[in-house]
Parts: sequence; structure tokens; C-alpha cells
Amino acid sequence: MAFLEISHLHKRFAGHTAVHDFSIAIEAGEFVTFLGPSGCGKTTILRMLAGFEAPSAGSMVFDGVDVTQVPTRARQVGMVFQSYALFPNMTVAQNIGFGLKLAGVERSASAARVREMLELIKLDDLGTRYPWQLSGGQQQRVALARALANRPKVLLLDEPLSALDAKIRLTLREDIRALQRTLGITTVFVTHDQEEAMSVSDRIVVLNDGRVEQTGTPAQIYNFPHTRFVASFIGTLNQLHGEVLRAQSGEVRLADQTLVCAQLPAGTPPGQACVLALRPEAIRLGGAGGPGRNVLHAVVEEISFLGSIVRIRTRVGAQQLSLDVFNDPNQALPARGAAVALEFDSAHLLALA
Amino acid sequence: MSAARPAARPPQGVRASRWGAWLALALGSSYFLLPLLATFEFSLRMQRGVYSFEAYRIVLSDPLFQSTFSYSIVMALLTIVVGALLVVPTAYWVHLRLPRLRPLVEFITLLPLVIPAIVIVYGYLRMYNSSALIPLTGSATATDFLLMCSYVTLSLPYMYRAVDTGLRSIDVRTLTEAAEVLGASRYVILRSVIFPNIRAAILSGAFLTFAVVLGEFTMASLLDRPSFGPYLQLVGANRAYEPSALAVIAFLATWASMGLIQLFGRSAHTRPGPT
Repeated sequence: MAFLEISHLHKRFAGHTAVHDFSIAIEAGEFVTFLGPSGCGKTTILRMLAGFEAPSAGSMVFDGVDVTQVPTRARQVGMVFQSYALFPNMTVAQNIGFGLKLAGVERSASAARVREMLELIKLDDLGTRYPWQLSGGQQQRVALARALANRPKVLLLDEPLSALDAKIRLTLREDIRALQRTLGITTVFVTHDQEEAMSVSDRIVVLNDGRVEQTGTPAQIYNFPHTRFVASFIGTLNQLHGEVLRAQSGEVRLADQTLVCAQLPAGTPPGQACVLALRPEAIRLGGAGGPGRNVLHAVVEEISFLGSIVRIRTRVGAQQLSLDVFNDPNQALPARGAAVALEFDSAHLLALA
Repeated sequence: MSAARPAARPPQGVRASRWGAWLALALGSSYFLLPLLATFEFSLRMQRGVYSFEAYRIVLSDPLFQSTFSYSIVMALLTIVVGALLVVPTAYWVHLRLPRLRPLVEFITLLPLVIPAIVIVYGYLRMYNSSALIPLTGSATATDFLLMCSYVTLSLPYMYRAVDTGLRSIDVRTLTEAAEVLGASRYVILRSVIFPNIRAAILSGAFLTFAVVLGEFTMASLLDRPSFGPYLQLVGANRAYEPSALAVIAFLATWASMGLIQLFGRSAHTRPGPT
């Protein structure tokens, strides 16, 4: 049995179902991210794990103990909130030691643990400061230390980086991941930021409208999206409307050009419309094709310089297709209106459900 | 080297509006201050031909003043404690779990401003007279309790407003959840997280309550309790200079309360920015 076992969780509010039949098994020490847009149900699931919301149906088992009916304060979870939620009347040390005090930990042991946590978050000298004397990033570090001080079974992170500026967000997310690896604590992270999710997670659960769209490692989610929603939500993806020619050989027609899609489900009848997905970075400018390669002829519409990469938007018939090339000062880029050949691996052309 | 030029004068329209503002302030201030100054000046005239604090000396040495003033202070303190214990958990619960009921609760707490005190106290007398099921007018202690309850009702609009404002200034829900997840019970959350963070708001409500209770006449008089309000009325009906001295003392007590509100209110909001 997994360390965290969530089975058939449902949550209904008045006239609206926020979570539909959600199940997942999370191993001890795993870092799992619930990713999705606002209103997809990710925070509702996290709040049910914390005990702030009661599920309408389903069960939650933490380390072999069914906690579905257990009140929040007895669940032994640590939680970090988007708005830090530090107690303004307490110093940093008092905030970190609050849970220890409630657990009846002896004063000297509590003080030692607070010191240890302060060292862990690299704020050793700020124990006597009040939350309002700290920056947002420092406050969130304190919130993390407070959540970890009691050695919880599960760490819940509710969009902890959303209120921070970009640079601090980047550093803190690396720190959170490093800390999580050091302590080996099972962690559930909620975010709407796919880059954040990709960079820190062992596994990602993509949610949409209260349902799981796909669960997998960041690479699986990014490279092999199962649904149109996942494909459009994660990264930049070209979605092209084509027509099946021969399912067995994976041949599809796209604007009078024939391509091979290695992932086309067998048995798809010829003539059926299909949606094909292709990452911009999977496409190469120019190329003569060959076994397992597709070549598509297109016309350049727009060229955008994005720093390390250059995004070229092309037109294939009535559809648009973008590709990314590395910014190389020695490489000449095609002009707008130029006819170009685009080459890509047939395995990278995905058929979406 | 050019000589320093005088600061540019503001345009004539701006100068005229500034004068208008000062004039309005002077008129408004004199409306409040002149009667008070006149009362103070009159209170110093007890001895013929010279200004003296004789009226104050007489008032302050009057045993009845001391007993009624002390009685009212004790009643005010009890009212503050009971009022805070009633209002803070109620307002907290409304914020946390029943936000839809907030307009209704606000309406209920404003009722004592709409219903005259005399109506409320007659209602109490009908419900808790000596032949009623709960005879709260049967003994002095029970009547004191009834009077304190009346004061809690009377101070509800001030206490609830102040506490509600304090609760709006903090993220009640997230702080509660943060404490809960660390193992705190509702009592611990109220005591260790909510109360300390709305301390300034509670104090504001407390000082307003103190000022209201100190000068309250109707309820104390109809319940026949020896408080400061009826004593003020008694002295006012029978003496010449002492009522003015008493009025000034009552003003000073009220203003001291207001000053304390300002002091605590300011200390809660003058936090330096993040370092």
C-alpha cells in the first residue's frame, strides 16, 4: 500500500461538483504536483487532504491510517499557504515553535528544533524579527520551517510561490525541492504554473474541471500529452487538424501533404478527422527527410526573437505552425513570405484524443 | 550667483479655499469648545472675585462622588470583559463560517442605537422583575448583574463595529487554518492568534464602552443603582458650580478614553516597511 492513498474522492458544493472521482497513490518521499487552471479542483483536493473540507465521498489514508474523518489538528500534516499566513503577533521563532508548543514539546527541545529549522531555511539571525520585518521570500521560508517543525507525515504546499516576484520564486522553488529531498518528506504541491510543476515534481497530476486529465512524470506529461487539454496547457504546442489516410501505416493528410504519425490509433477509419500535436522545438528548419522523418512545406509568416531562441510562425494551408530554433548569429533566418521545408520525427507527431 | 527666490505663491483660488477650510475648522471647533470653555470657566467661579478649584475640591471629596464614580468604573470594566467575551467569538465565527449572516448580525448589534434605552430597560423590568421566572431585580447583586447586561447591550454597536473592523484587517480564515494544521483547537486559536491580532480593535471598543457606561443615566436610574450618571443628575438639580466641575471631569474621562483609542490605534498601524 502506498504511503498516501486517496480513493474515489468526490466533492460537491451546492449544485456544483468540484472534484469527480479523484484517486491517486503517492509513495513515501514523493513530490507530487496538482497542476491545472483556476477552478480545476486542485486546491479543493489539497484542502480535503488538510481536513479543511470534508469529501462528499471517498477516502484518504495516510501511512496506513484512514484520516477521512480525522480533524485537521490530528492529521499530522504541514501546510504552506499562498499568503504565508504567519501569525503577525509572534516572532519568527515563536511562529516556528507554535506547533511544537501545542504538541507539548519540552521548552529546551523546542528551542533546539526552532534553531535547527532556522538554520535549514538560512535565516539563523532573524528569529527575533516579526513577520512584517521580513521580505515575502523570507516570510515564505519561515512558513515552510513552521510547517516542517513538527515533522509532519505529509507536506501540503498551496501555491506557495504565487505571491512572490519571479527571481525569488525561482530560488525558493529550488530550495523547497532541495529541502524536500533532504528531509524525504512526502509532498503535495498545488500550482497553476506549468514551469514550476515541471521543474520540481516527481509526478504531475493535470486536472481540468474537477477531473484528472493525465498523471505522469514531467517528461511524460510534456512529451506525450494524452488529451488536447494537457497538450494545450503544458508548454507551447501546435495543434493541427488533419484527416486519416491509412491508420495502419499512420498516414495522415494535412493541407494536401501526407505525413506519418507514429502514434495514430490502429483501426481509425480512413477519412476521419483527427487532431495532431507537434512541439515547436521538435521541428527543424530545412532537411531532406528520410526514414521515420516527415517533411512539411510551409510559408514563413512571422519571426519573433525571444532571446536564446527564435520562434518562426509559418502557415501550412489554412493552419498555423510555429517552430523554435536556437538563436545562432551565424545562421541566416528565412525572410517573411519565404517558402520553407520543415522536418520532424514522425514519433513527435502525436494524435490527440 | 543668483539670490534665493521666494517660494512661488499659490494661485488666488487655492489661497481662498485654504482660508475657507480654516474658517470652517474654526467655526466647528468653537461650536464644541466654547460651551466647554464656558462650563470650565463657570466651574472656577465658586469663590467670589477669584478663580479657584473649590468646586472640584468639593466634588472630589464628596463620598457619594467617589462611590458612584468607582461603581461606574467597575461596571464599565465588567461590561468590557463580558462584551469582549461575547462579541469577539461571535464576530470571529461570523467571519469564519457565516459571512452571509454578517448584515443580519450588524443590524442586530445596531438595534441599541435605534431603540431608546428607556424602552430596553422597561423590557428588562417586565422580563426580570421580582415576580418573574428569573427575578433579577430581587437583590442588589442581581440588579447589578442586570445593569451590566444592559450596558453590554448598550455598548454592542461600538464593540461589535470595532471588533469587526479589526477582524477585517487580518486574514481570519487563513490564520485559523494555519493554526489548525499546527494542532491548535478553536479555543487556542482565539486566545493565541485572533485576540492578540485584534487587540487594538478590542481596546478601541473597550474605551468607547468605558465612555458610554461612565455617563449612562437612564438604565442606572430606572434600575435604581448608585452609578455616576444619576449622581450627575442629582448634583445638577441641587447645586450651582459643582455640576460644571463634574461635567468637566466627565469630559476629561471621556477624552482620556478617546486619547487612548488614538494611541493604541496608531501603535497597531505604524509598522515600518519590510527590511
